[in-house]
Amino acid sequence: MLTTLEGIAQAIPDGALVGVPPDYSGVAMAATLALVRRSARDLRLFCLPQGNLHADMLTGAGCVAEIETAAVTLGEQGPAPCFNRAVEAGRIRVKDSTCPALHAALTATERGVPFLPVRGLLGSDILAHRPDYRSIDNPFAEGGDPLVLVPAVKLDVALFHAPAADAEGNVWIGRRRELATLAHAAERALVTVERVVEGSFFEREATAASALSSLYVEAIAEAPRGAAPLGLAEHYEPDVAALRAYARAARTEGGFRAWLAETIGEAVPA
Amino acid sequence: MSVTPEVQRIATLADLIGPARHVAVGAASPVPAGAAFLARARHGTRVTVLHDRRQNSFTDGSRELFDLAGQGRIDVFFLGGVQIDGTANINLVGTGTYPHLTKRFPGSFGSAYLYFVVPRVILYREEHSPRTLVERVDFVSAPGTSPPDVYRPGGPSHLLTGKALFAFDQERARFRLVAYAPSEDAARIRAATGFAFDVDRDATPWSVPDAATLALIEEQVAPPLRASYPAFAERVFATGA
Repeated sequence: MLTTLEGIAQAIPDGALVGVPPDYSGVAMAATLALVRRSARDLRLFCLPQGNLHADMLTGAGCVAEIETAAVTLGEQGPAPCFNRAVEAGRIRVKDSTCPALHAALTATERGVPFLPVRGLLGSDILAHRPDYRSIDNPFAEGGDPLVLVPAVKLDVALFHAPAADAEGNVWIGRRRELATLAHAAERALVTVERVVEGSFFEREATAASALSSLYVEAIAEAPRGAAPLGLAEHYEPDVAALRAYARAARTEGGFRAWLAETIGEAVPA
Repeated sequence: MSVTPEVQRIATLADLIGPARHVAVGAASPVPAGAAFLARARHGTRVTVLHDRRQNSFTDGSRELFDLAGQGRIDVFFLGGVQIDGTANINLVGTGTYPHLTKRFPGSFGSAYLYFVVPRVILYREEHSPRTLVERVDFVSAPGTSPPDVYRPGGPSHLLTGKALFAFDQERARFRLVAYAPSEDAARIRAATGFAFDVDRDATPWSVPDAATLALIEEQVAPPLRASYPAFAERVFATGA
């Protein structure tokens, strides 16, 4: 069950549907760079619910064919330059959605039901461009009351970073419950952690309540500062200088390639 | 403390929030967050800042915001838009003909849901021009109004820009100018706006925040903003000001 960053990158085949968390949750940046190093292709990203540096960098490196998301941005550092360029050039497909619909798609899989209803969306162009979403009238109402049904999405892989794993392969996720949702809804969860600790999180109720059972986890790699330059709660803050440097460099195709070559230590073919 | 445009906006938005129970603000929203902190100082309003773990008490991950909004536990939320049109449709996705956009923007985030279920959504967009305030948005991330059979306890209440404050009339699906910057007037606002709107007969230049408000901003708004939005606070509140 214990593997390396390279092992994780190898375990994600080209074309896989990969679920990833938002920037403030626990992004497996080190493993994402390993995916770039192995020249992953045609990945389909499912952002729960939005993408940041990870989505932008994978897109810029040519690893992504499709992104399902509520948004892609660099947050305080501004727009996501590689993502925006790829969309404007028609190089990737975007399945635009909204946060609670993305949660509903994975929650349906968690519960083993084919769809879940969500409020909102009616009259939006999101719904107009999502033929996979349906609207029905509430069968429990007297009449009318339309609402949108979101089909369950089963991920091939959930990829994220967490503070710790224990000797049994349980992962401590704290209150970042979207990581559990990603794992529950995936065929395989691949997780990087700051460190692997002795014992079991299930020995104490306090740690058990915020742990993800090894039953959902296929492989774990130790990766200290594995979310950097994004942050990890209580461990390290986002590296604002590094994120600004990325945002500046990635404004041009050439600037992005130079940044990537320096970051992964080898030239990246265009 | 000097009345910068940001301080003016914080005071105006806080007046709109009024004595709400719970206000939530999203990432990249320092001005709405400042207004929420001012409402907290005045009325004890609960404030949730989504991206700041010290300013939110969610334990069920990023879905908790949407779950509790759906239960009616958030009274006020803020949304913006690349484009906002005269019927309060908002576009956060891009300009051009979707999906072949000429300019892509981040995406709709939770707007397509929160616009429906949060009772009072305040639209805030600093840039006031025919480019941002358009007759019809290129992409509807979230519609301003819905047919009567659609479950919609929420929706837009106001639109604030750098030049003007509009109230939104849900029945008529139309904005009404209620206040404007002292340097503006209704004719100038009309020239800068791409959609048609009504003018309230009591429309006046907006009031400058009073001394008590400025003191509250200095004592109880600037400190949490420095923690949640350091770059913004550094620009707007000089140290020790």
